Amino acid sequence: MTEADFTFLRLLLQQRSGLSLTADKQYLAESRLGILCRRRGIADITTLIARLRSAREPALENAVVDAMTTNETLFFRDRTPFDLFRDVILPERLAANAATRSLRIWCAAVSSGQEAYSLAMLIDEAAARLQGWKIDIVGTDISSEILEKARSGSYSQFEIQRGLPIQMLLKHFEQRGDKWQVSERLRRMVEFRRHNLLERNDHLGRFDVIFCRNVLIYFDVPTKVKALELLAPRLAPDGALLLGAAETVLGLATSFACDPEHRGLYRLPGPALRARPAASPPDGLARKERLAGWSA
Amino acid sequence: MKYCLVVDDSAVIRKVARRILEGLQFRIAEAEDGARAIDACKGEMPDAVLLDWNMPIMDGYEFLRTLRQMPGGKRPKVVFCTTENDIAHIARAMHAGADEYIMKPFDKEIVASKFHQVGLL
Repeated sequence: MTEADFTFLRLLLQQRSGLSLTADKQYLAESRLGILCRRRGIADITTLIARLRSAREPALENAVVDAMTTNETLFFRDRTPFDLFRDVILPERLAANAATRSLRIWCAAVSSGQEAYSLAMLIDEAAARLQGWKIDIVGTDISSEILEKARSGSYSQFEIQRGLPIQMLLKHFEQRGDKWQVSERLRRMVEFRRHNLLERNDHLGRFDVIFCRNVLIYFDVPTKVKALELLAPRLAPDGALLLGAAETVLGLATSFACDPEHRGLYRLPGPALRARPAASPPDGLARKERLAGWSA
Repeated sequence: MKYCLVVDDSAVIRKVARRILEGLQFRIAEAEDGARAIDACKGEMPDAVLLDWNMPIMDGYEFLRTLRQMPGGKRPKVVFCTTENDIAHIARAMHAGADEYIMKPFDKEIVASKFHQVGLL
């Protein structure tokens, strides 16, 4: 790939997805776009870039964005955010939303769906405390191709062995040939929609919890700020935002503030941060579910 | 240093597993079938057992059932590591007292993830 072609690609990705591709990612671009060319019967990357330069082909541009933005994810990736969700956020929302009995969760940049299904499994473990509640898990991603995989809930043997406890596999998956598919019950709990984090998002509604993990790291600073500013109005005033382990809002935006008690958890600034509903300590049942679900 | 017994009739698999587990700071002993593994447990009860299913003399399932009857035999974390990859086998293993289950082929990430889940890491 020539330097001029790589520069063109970086600009295209920056404009279309906010992805900031650093110079050391040229090998990645070549490998991923090489696969795309073979799939689409395009002679080589030079031809691909020439086509993108000469005419506006939104479908092809989308395919390039898809190829460059999809990343491997794991079930219960990094674990801590899921512990926080189960032990801190969920009890907090049970108290805060007792009147409406509704809970809305947004997995922003959900990729192939593991994060959304991991949350669905945790919610299923807490089913006894959530009877009569309306639960929405919305997973969005910029890539339509990866969302198709997410919707199918179908994973390889390798994928289901990374992060997923075997008891959860037995409980929530069905074996189909050499694939493992998430049960229909869990698939019904999650809705997948295509969305670019840098575009307007009011149609998605308001969420109690937003997971936006391991996507800001690919953005440059102004894009990070913009993404966070777009997330803020989508979060309930006393809701919770979770970012990836290597990500923070510090020095980026005034839209969010760090939760003083829990690392990796962010809140809207202002009175909400000081006057959150007190989370009741986990009861015996919660402890039992935790033992059954996690450390079996 | 935690002690892990690697039970598999394939010397190649034992070697791969040993390398991965030594990298995770385990002391390793090897056994090539269930019967030898039981002998090893009589000598010193391990913290963890990485256990193949299909082996001559005594298979992994029989080993597990025998181990769980032995004095102190409920303590080791037993992680199956086998080509048996259907739900029936997995459910049977868990019912017999296995703690986790790895379907071959495996790599370091999978072993680390499973050992982490049962609290060995």
